[in-house]
Amino acid sequence: MIIETSTKRKTYYEELTAKGYSRRDFMKFCTMIAAYMGLQSSGVAQVAEALKTKPRLPVIWMHFQECTCCSESFIRSSHPIVADIILDKLSLDYTETLMAAAGHQAEEAMHKTMKEHYGEYVLCVEGSVPLGADGVYCMIGGKSSLDILHEVAEGAKAIICWGSCASNGCVQAAKPNPTTATPIHKIIKNKPIIKVPGCPPIGEVMAGTIVHILTFGTLPALDGIGRPKAFYSKRVHDSCYRRPYYDAGLYVESFDDENAKRGYCLYKVGCKGPSTYNACGVMRWNNGVSFPIQSGHGCFGCSEESFWDNGPLYQRLPNIAGFGIEATADTVGKVALGVTAAGIAAHAVATNLRKKKMIDNLISEGKESEQELKAE
Amino acid sequence: MTRIVVDPITRIEGHLRIEAEINNGKITDAFSSGTMVRLIEEILRGRDPRDAWAFVGRVCGVCTTVHSLASIRAVEDALDITIPPNAELVRNLMFCAQNVQDHVIHFYHLHALDWVDVVSALKADPKKTSEIAQSISNWPKSSPGYFSDLQKRLTKFVESGQLGIFANGYWGHPAYKLPAEINLIGVAHYLEALEWQKEIAKVHTIFGGKNPHPNFLVGGMACSISLDDASGINAERLAYVGKLLKDAQQFVEQVYIPDLLAIAPYYLDWGAIGGGLGNFMAYGDLSTSGYRDVGNYKFPPGVILNKDLSKIHEVDLRNDSEVEEYITNSWYEYAGGDGVGLHPWKGETKLKYTGPKPPFDFLNTEDKYSYLKTPRWKGHAMEVGPLARMLVGYASGRPEFKEVVDYALSALNVPATALFSTLGRTAARGLEAKLVAGWGLEFYDQLINNIKNGDTRMANTEKFKPETWPKKAMGVGHTEAPRGALAHWIVIEDQKIANYQLVVPSTWNASPRDKDGNPSAYESALRDTPVHDVNQPLEILRTIHSFDPCLACAVHLYDEDGKHVNKVKVL
Repeated sequence: MIIETSTKRKTYYEELTAKGYSRRDFMKFCTMIAAYMGLQSSGVAQVAEALKTKPRLPVIWMHFQECTCCSESFIRSSHPIVADIILDKLSLDYTETLMAAAGHQAEEAMHKTMKEHYGEYVLCVEGSVPLGADGVYCMIGGKSSLDILHEVAEGAKAIICWGSCASNGCVQAAKPNPTTATPIHKIIKNKPIIKVPGCPPIGEVMAGTIVHILTFGTLPALDGIGRPKAFYSKRVHDSCYRRPYYDAGLYVESFDDENAKRGYCLYKVGCKGPSTYNACGVMRWNNGVSFPIQSGHGCFGCSEESFWDNGPLYQRLPNIAGFGIEATADTVGKVALGVTAAGIAAHAVATNLRKKKMIDNLISEGKESEQELKAE
Repeated sequence: MTRIVVDPITRIEGHLRIEAEINNGKITDAFSSGTMVRLIEEILRGRDPRDAWAFVGRVCGVCTTVHSLASIRAVEDALDITIPPNAELVRNLMFCAQNVQDHVIHFYHLHALDWVDVVSALKADPKKTSEIAQSISNWPKSSPGYFSDLQKRLTKFVESGQLGIFANGYWGHPAYKLPAEINLIGVAHYLEALEWQKEIAKVHTIFGGKNPHPNFLVGGMACSISLDDASGINAERLAYVGKLLKDAQQFVEQVYIPDLLAIAPYYLDWGAIGGGLGNFMAYGDLSTSGYRDVGNYKFPPGVILNKDLSKIHEVDLRNDSEVEEYITNSWYEYAGGDGVGLHPWKGETKLKYTGPKPPFDFLNTEDKYSYLKTPRWKGHAMEVGPLARMLVGYASGRPEFKEVVDYALSALNVPATALFSTLGRTAARGLEAKLVAGWGLEFYDQLINNIKNGDTRMANTEKFKPETWPKKAMGVGHTEAPRGALAHWIVIEDQKIANYQLVVPSTWNASPRDKDGNPSAYESALRDTPVHDVNQPLEILRTIHSFDPCLACAVHLYDEDGKHVNKVKVL
């Protein structure tokens, strides 16, 4: 799908130079964005060209049942120019967290964009929508969030669901989901929807998703459940720097034990990395400073559907039919103690099969993405 | 009489609605309503108590960490777990980083636009701006060229006609009093603070793996100290933390405090507006010798009643006749009826919405009108937050508090009574950031010394396994969120959460009336506030923002027992 805007707005490049940034700053920004999107160095020119010629995009950012961690993560996005561009260069016309206007002036600003840019603005949603009791569990300006969502989605070109709340309901949808907290895709069926799950998503992933739209004028390639492939196609486990310890059967047995000090694998103290699709192991958090596993705590799978109900945090992942991670870990543990040699072979075979399959999948996904990009 | 509604109140966390009655240019009555609810307390029931910190951390992504901190302390209190000194220090460092970051974001991004007119900055003389900036601070970004470039960017921005987040502000409102040059300084630092805030957050990333929502652990912290491993807290990680803390202190002392003292003189009339209750409460935190050693808290606990600074009353969170929550005017029901107050260990969270069916114009404030419960201390409404903490510290005779408060009072040439106001609240937040930034460096030195002396313990896991727990246990954990006193109460039965209640700062401040019709802090502070133009109620925003509202946690959140099979995708 092509995102175009009909009004004559300035290009990013014009805006940047007008704001006093140099061409060098601009190219640095383009390089960073290209790197995030996994493009080869030749892609930098493509990004630069796109930002020079694409017009500004109006954005409306709604807050429903949420905790604002997504907005906070977004402003942590690490590259200075991104903060500037995304905050005011997008034309962020409505966001309750940062906007100067309040009350009816705030609503007025939103309605102006909805009218003047009908069919072209991007709607970002932070939070789930409670369907219980006719929607009274979240009201803004005397209206239910359900009514507001329908109203504001109507003229949107596409919807970005920030975080797990908007993508899968997150904590308020955990059992027994007392307010019937509902993710956006279950309510709005007739719009392209990008899910950017995580509690919150990594700031640079949020920026990267928006920047993809700005740069190419298309939505990023999505996986089967609507997440950008660029950031959600790998398991944390597969990109984890502690993975060799898992493969070698070396585990932290309890927090702050000797093995923890050695940086061994956290699988036995509950790490959900093996079942979590996210970019934490690759991009890390807050400009690459660390990520949960590096700081000694297992991943708890905050970007996965219903992760709050997927078993206690410190319980190991259970057995899986056909392929037992747990069984493997125990076997390998024994192997490490020198009990059986057969176990090593079994684990090696299982690991290699799994890796091969994963790599095959990634290659075919890559090909699909390329074709989709061309088709659009 | 005019009744006005401000909904949404923007530049806050969460969903807040204010209805105010205005007579002859002044607010005569005001009603504060939280209009979003998630019921996380219900969701917690039946879950593993060691997991609670993760759930309750999600009540707020702005004061992210403080709920997790209160939660692990409640569990450790219930199970009688003592954590290693290093874990105490790391938690203190995370507290300090969060407090300072939050106060800076509040001042520049959530509150400044109530005082700083962005459009007026276009008329500033960059040279004069530079002179003023250099006269108030050593901060290097202060040349005429710097302000001139910024002004050009700003002009282009305004001329583009797309004002984005600045659209529809109350620009030009006569209540904006700053000279154009100070407005330009304010805008410059708005942008610089936006850059700066993501740096200090990295203290959380180093110890907790990410920010927002860093990870915590019952029994200590998960970030092992290992000077010999790249994964652990080693010399590089510690040096990183030290640099972040020093940079933060510099920003507070060279940008935040000078700006505060440059802006305040133009708004001294706000030193007599928005005072409110006159009752203040702090639970205290930041011990130099462990959380249980209340006597060594940097923030002392206590209650001040009726602005009487000569007496500090003690607070006991375990006493079931001190902190109680009422629902007389809240959309909940209690088994014992609407008139009773419940101590949080016996707390109930059952929703009952009786308000108008949306869409509606006004709430029926004669009846229930908010998703916030109404907490009371020995029956009294309380204000919590930086002002409460500064006053309790000041009234306790702590020299550090006296020093910064007296300094500010003399710099602004105002009497101590000016503290009880909208201006006082905003100033107290800045002074607190200055203290906390300094304390962070003290805790950092302590941590280094501990490690140097050979103590590398970071977690006590003796009672981590549920088999080691008693059949029933009750605990309470407290801290001081940026917005005020925060405590969580937990009841554990058969290794599971039997009851969990949070009483949070914005519930104290933003709650509806109690059973006797007495207002809480927001409603009280808004009374007598002048409103120049009912269509542009800038004055309401000033007083409400001075409390730094954070609503998502003020309303209640909930879980049910259930065995869930983890879904694992196999490639």
